[in-house]
Amino acid sequence: MGLIQSYHMRLRRKRLLLRALRKSRELRPVTNRTELIRPGDVLLFSTQRNEMLRLPYFLKYYRDMGVNHFFFVDNDSTDGATAYLEAQPDVSLWTTKGSYKRSRFGVDWLNALQRRYADGHWTLVADPDEFFVYPFCDTRPIRALTDWLDSCGIRSFGAMLLDMYPKGGINDEPYRAGQDPLEIAHWFDAGNYAITKNHQYGNLWIQGGPRARAFFADTPKSAPALNKIPLVKWSRNYAYVSSTHNLLPRGLNQVYDASGGEKASGLMLHMKFLNTLGDKASEELDRGQHYAGGREYAAYAEGARDNPDLWCKWSERYINWRQLEILGLMSKGNWA
Amino acid sequence: MTVGIVMLVHTALDRAEQVARHWAAGGCPVVIHVDSNVAAPVFQRFQKALSDVPGLQFSRRHRCEWGSWGLVAASQDAAELMLRQNPDVSHVYLSSGSCLPLRPVHELQTYLADRPTVDFIESATTADVPWTVGGLDQERFTLRFPFSWRRQRKLFDAYVTLQRRLRVKRRIPKGLVPHMGSQWWCLTRRTLDAILTDPDRPSYDRYFKRVWIPDESYFQTLARQHSDQIESRSLTLSKFDFQGKPHTFYDDHLQLLRRSDCFVARKIWPHADRLYEAFLNEPNQLHDRNEPNPGKIDRIFAKAVQRRTRGRPGLVMQSRFPHQDWNGAVTAARYSVFQGFAELFEDFAPWLETATGARVHGRLFAPDRVHFAGGETTFNGALSDSATLRDDNPRAFLTNLIWNTRGEPQCFQYGPVDTPKILEVMAYDSNARISVISGAWAVPLFKSGGGFVDIRDAAARLQKIETKQLKLLQSQWVRAHVRIWTMAEFIEAPMETLKQIVDDIGRNPSQRLTEAPQMVDLTGFAEFLQRLKNEGMHPHLMGDFSVNRMPQPSNPSARRPYLVKR
Repeated sequence: MGLIQSYHMRLRRKRLLLRALRKSRELRPVTNRTELIRPGDVLLFSTQRNEMLRLPYFLKYYRDMGVNHFFFVDNDSTDGATAYLEAQPDVSLWTTKGSYKRSRFGVDWLNALQRRYADGHWTLVADPDEFFVYPFCDTRPIRALTDWLDSCGIRSFGAMLLDMYPKGGINDEPYRAGQDPLEIAHWFDAGNYAITKNHQYGNLWIQGGPRARAFFADTPKSAPALNKIPLVKWSRNYAYVSSTHNLLPRGLNQVYDASGGEKASGLMLHMKFLNTLGDKASEELDRGQHYAGGREYAAYAEGARDNPDLWCKWSERYINWRQLEILGLMSKGNWA
Repeated sequence: MTVGIVMLVHTALDRAEQVARHWAAGGCPVVIHVDSNVAAPVFQRFQKALSDVPGLQFSRRHRCEWGSWGLVAASQDAAELMLRQNPDVSHVYLSSGSCLPLRPVHELQTYLADRPTVDFIESATTADVPWTVGGLDQERFTLRFPFSWRRQRKLFDAYVTLQRRLRVKRRIPKGLVPHMGSQWWCLTRRTLDAILTDPDRPSYDRYFKRVWIPDESYFQTLARQHSDQIESRSLTLSKFDFQGKPHTFYDDHLQLLRRSDCFVARKIWPHADRLYEAFLNEPNQLHDRNEPNPGKIDRIFAKAVQRRTRGRPGLVMQSRFPHQDWNGAVTAARYSVFQGFAELFEDFAPWLETATGARVHGRLFAPDRVHFAGGETTFNGALSDSATLRDDNPRAFLTNLIWNTRGEPQCFQYGPVDTPKILEVMAYDSNARISVISGAWAVPLFKSGGGFVDIRDAAARLQKIETKQLKLLQSQWVRAHVRIWTMAEFIEAPMETLKQIVDDIGRNPSQRLTEAPQMVDLTGFAEFLQRLKNEGMHPHLMGDFSVNRMPQPSNPSARRPYLVKR
């Protein structure tokens, strides 16, 4: 890595932080409970729009895991999600009518909030349809993981997106508020992920899974990226670059071992494929607020109309994190 | 007669308090050393909280940075205080604030009372320890280490390099043989007293102040001077990972810790409520106590280190992505690749499947689609049969396929028009067994009966590609097991070769190879090749098929040849 390139990256990071500062003016605080945050607390950051249906279980899942405080950016919800979040005792809430797309899909807003409130804390960034799974998550709270990462001097933790889907059409079984989405969508693809290295940022670029198989078989290059680095010991100088796929400084993207060993890693169970997808897809398509011109949503809207079935005879049924570990989708690394 | 507990404490003071009370309640005098890094008000609160405990004292505070002399100084002062104030103490047990006693205190007391002259201290010469971190073992004792490894790593490393280059060496004090071991020991009053009151102690202390990580060598070396009976093991269960950091125990280790029969474990996660609850508060279970036996815990932690450093071979995933030129196998298991066999034998795939019990695919890398065994459209791990998906990252396709099917040997066909990029991957993969019958691509052309101009062009193209492929497979860097026959060579003695291939896959060694696959009828093939030559295209890869020396084609109506069993 040459000096010039390092400097270039530094400039890019500064630009991202400036941009975040500028975009943060779009945020209007609704409720700020950040004075409740204690040193060592684990913080969760999320953007959401009209996710009222999903929020109750999302909050329960992460509270049970041991997350201490939630930061939400509400992007102009109309379904009561704003009021619901405002009433939660461990949530700080901002709202905005700003463009999701022009805040680079919420990254700028969250970068700004993280810079202001998360310095020195472990932070998890998760959308309302993403459920973090890590080694021993059934017996150890997230604090055990972050303490262990601290003791090893590790600043960032990778968790690939694992698309979960039901057997049968995604509209067949409607999702109820408060329900564990795993009751409906408990199937996944175990071994069809393709990885290349992004040499610019040093992160891995992972594609595959049911979305690549069902919607992008003819255009694999445009299949969505699945690599994520959602858990970071935040410093005010850090910035996410593109969603939570990669960050700056680049060292944070080294969540993999390149000499044959396995670093510890987790997964983000992605509960996108529920009956809510069809509505969401057409709404998002109308707003044109998503990545690459909503190419992805166009594919879903088209597919969802026919009530697609992502299940195939080689789909794997979810049991627990140990199963995911054995399948090689995540790793305990040297945590035992 | 009792055991005195020395506790070195620096964080999680609430837990340290709990443990100290537990020891004291069991009748052990306790001396606590609190790191001087702990802020004064915090320390005073801690001291006050414990003020009601009889027989509990605090020793002079030192700064205890990892790997520094402070830890030894703290142990010395605390031990001196312990011996001075508690004449009935016969053993002193050094522990930390994140240690947890696993067995009732009286069991430890009985155990030590039964062994009144034994010093429990792990103590090995530098030549015999495998656990050194940073590659410094003997040099810990012969170089100087004035810089902090944690805070001044660059200076630390530079100074080590400088001393190595200048070949400066410290003299080890006369009579001392450097020994190392776990810093958590349990020494008899006699030995400890002898170490602390040794007339040479000032010179020893001066020497060890500049040794690296002296807490792992000071008492370990000096005990060898003074002890009558060293039992070289620690009574504290403490395992280290590959970076030299202690492994942590959590609630889910409860049963494992119970069954280990160790006296004390370290280190415990401060929020492991169930562990503290179980071991400090529950009444003693009545079961036959044994000697400490940490074997199972050892294995679990050894496996964790192995997973971190070596990983699961052939697994490519988000946190294991070996360099492409990394020196291990690319894939997870052996697999076999066949080129030219399906062209030469009419029923090669089903025949091979029967003969070996392996999974035999068609051409996985064919341009139209992935030809999985049985014509499936998806395969293990939900691999798709889409050729575009596969060709977007053929290497990932291959590693996924082999990883997903571990435990079941995989075979597939390959040919000159298939995804070219993958051949290089396979050639450098020590798990690949590649068998090629060169020139066999001409057989389908010969059988096709198409226009001869097209056939001639196709033949020229295929021959050019295969020539390049063979060159790659014959290069000296190849790690795959490669066998190449010209078609002429092969059909002279096909059964011997096939038998060898079947034996190699070795799935069912008991199963005898009884039936041969059906070779296509090659009558007229020599003339076909001659005609290509006449058109100016010289097919050379299939070997010598002169018109008058045509090998015997197998006759479909004749009985199939049988192999003689071994």
